[in-house]
Amino acid sequence: MSVIECKELTVAAIRNGTVLDHITAGSALAIVKLLNLHQEGKTLSLGMHLPSEKLGTKDLIKIVDWELTPKEANKVALLAPHTTVTVIRDYETVKKFPVQLPDAIEGLVKCPNPQCISKHEDIPGKFSVQRRRHSVKIRCHYCHIGFTQDDIKLQQGAPL
Amino acid sequence: MTCLDERTFVGRDILSIDSLSREDIIHILDHAKCLKEKTSPDLLRGQIMGSCFFEPSTRTRLSFEAAMGRMGGSSIGFSDETSTSTQKGESLADSVRTVEQYVDVLVLRHPKEGAAQLAADICSKPVINAGDGANQHPTQTLLDLFSIRECQGRLDELNIALVGDLKYGRTVHSLAMASCHFNMRLYFVAPESLEMPKAICDRLREQRVKFSFHRSIEEVMPKADIIYMTRVQKERFSSPVEYQRVKDSFVLTPDSFDRAADHLKVLHPLPRVNEIDKRVDDTDYAYYFQQAENGLHVRKALLGLVLGKLH
Repeated sequence: MSVIECKELTVAAIRNGTVLDHITAGSALAIVKLLNLHQEGKTLSLGMHLPSEKLGTKDLIKIVDWELTPKEANKVALLAPHTTVTVIRDYETVKKFPVQLPDAIEGLVKCPNPQCISKHEDIPGKFSVQRRRHSVKIRCHYCHIGFTQDDIKLQQGAPL
Repeated sequence: MTCLDERTFVGRDILSIDSLSREDIIHILDHAKCLKEKTSPDLLRGQIMGSCFFEPSTRTRLSFEAAMGRMGGSSIGFSDETSTSTQKGESLADSVRTVEQYVDVLVLRHPKEGAAQLAADICSKPVINAGDGANQHPTQTLLDLFSIRECQGRLDELNIALVGDLKYGRTVHSLAMASCHFNMRLYFVAPESLEMPKAICDRLREQRVKFSFHRSIEEVMPKADIIYMTRVQKERFSSPVEYQRVKDSFVLTPDSFDRAADHLKVLHPLPRVNEIDKRVDDTDYAYYFQQAENGLHVRKALLGLVLGKLH
C-alpha cells in the first residue's frame, strides 16, 4: 500500500481512549448501538469495510476518552469475535487484548423466537454460547432454539 | 430447582427428553412397568401435585391427576388459562411462585416455548413439563418409548416410521431425538412441506442416527416395526390443492397392512381424526389405546421418582 493510500485510509490517532480493531466488516454500527456509545455522548471515529490483511475487510472504531473493560469487550465478541481492543493513554498503547466469547450471555439480546416465553415475560434473554470454527451460535436457555449471528437482534438498553 | 442429588431423580425437573440419558429413560420405564403390574396405592399419600394447565389438555392432565390419585396423593390446579390470574395480567413467574407454596411437585402445560424452564428456574419444587408450545413434551416421549418396548420386547435397533406432520409435531421431534440412545433406524414419511426440520436432521446426523425420507407409508411398511402416526392438518398447507393431493398418502386403513410384518404396531399420540381408519382399531396392529393407558403408569413412575418415593 502506498503512503498516500495509507494516509487516505487511516482513521486519526487518539490521545486517550479505546480502539476496537478487526471488527467483522459491517458490524461497527451494531457495536456502537450494543455499547450504547451513541447515547453516551462519546466522540467516535468509525471506519467500515477497510482492507485488512487478517480478515480481508474489517471495521474499526475509535472512542475518545473511554476505556472498554474486559466485561464490555466480551459483549462485542458476540457480534465480532475477532475484535482486538487497544487502550490508549497519552498516545501510548497501555493494554491490548482480544475479545473473548463468554460461555453464557444474559440481558444482551432477546430471543428471536416469537413463541419463546422470554418474549412474553419480563425477563432478560439468556443464552449459552457455542463456538464454531468460523461462526458463533447462541442457544436460548428457555426455548432451546439455536441462532446464528444473523438471527441475533440487539436488545435496547441492555445493562452492562 | 436443581437436583438435590445428581445421581437420583429426587427433586429433579423433567423438562425435556434431551436432559434424560439412556440410563435415566430405562430407569423410568422399569419403574413404570412395575407400577403397571402392581400399583402402590399409598406411595404418594400426603403429597400434592400442582396441575397447572394454561392450555387445554385431556389425556395428559387426566393421566397425571389419575396417577397422583392412584398412588394416594392429591392434586390441585386448573385446566385452562381463563380460570387463572393470568386474565388479570399476572405473569407466569408470579403464578409459579404462588402455586409452589401449596404443592410438592408442579406439572405445567403452557402455550409458550420454554415456559417449563422458566418455572424450573424459579420454583423450589420439582417441575414436570407437560408440554410447552411446540417445544417439548417429555412424558409423551417416555410413554411412547414404554409402549414401543412393551409391544416389541426391546428398544434397541428397531425400525421406526414417523408419519404425517413432522415439521410442527413436537412428539415426533422428541421421539426422533430419543431414538439416538437406542440405535433406531428412522423413516420419515411426510409431504414435502411438512418434512422433519433441518435442525432435527442435523442433530440426528451428529448422533449418527440413520434416517431416510419417504412420501408414502406403503414405501416403508415392509420394513417397519413401529408406525408412529400423526395428523396432517389442512391448515398447515398454504395450498388447498396440495393438501388434497397428499392427504390420502398419510392415512392408514386395513388395506395398508398387506405387506406389514406380523409384529408391526401402530402408535398415535391422539387425538386422531381420520388418519387412522376406525377399522384398524380391531386389528392386531393397533396399539394406540394401550399407548394412551401407558401414560398413566409412566407418569406414576415419574411422580414417584421426583418426589423421592421411588429410587
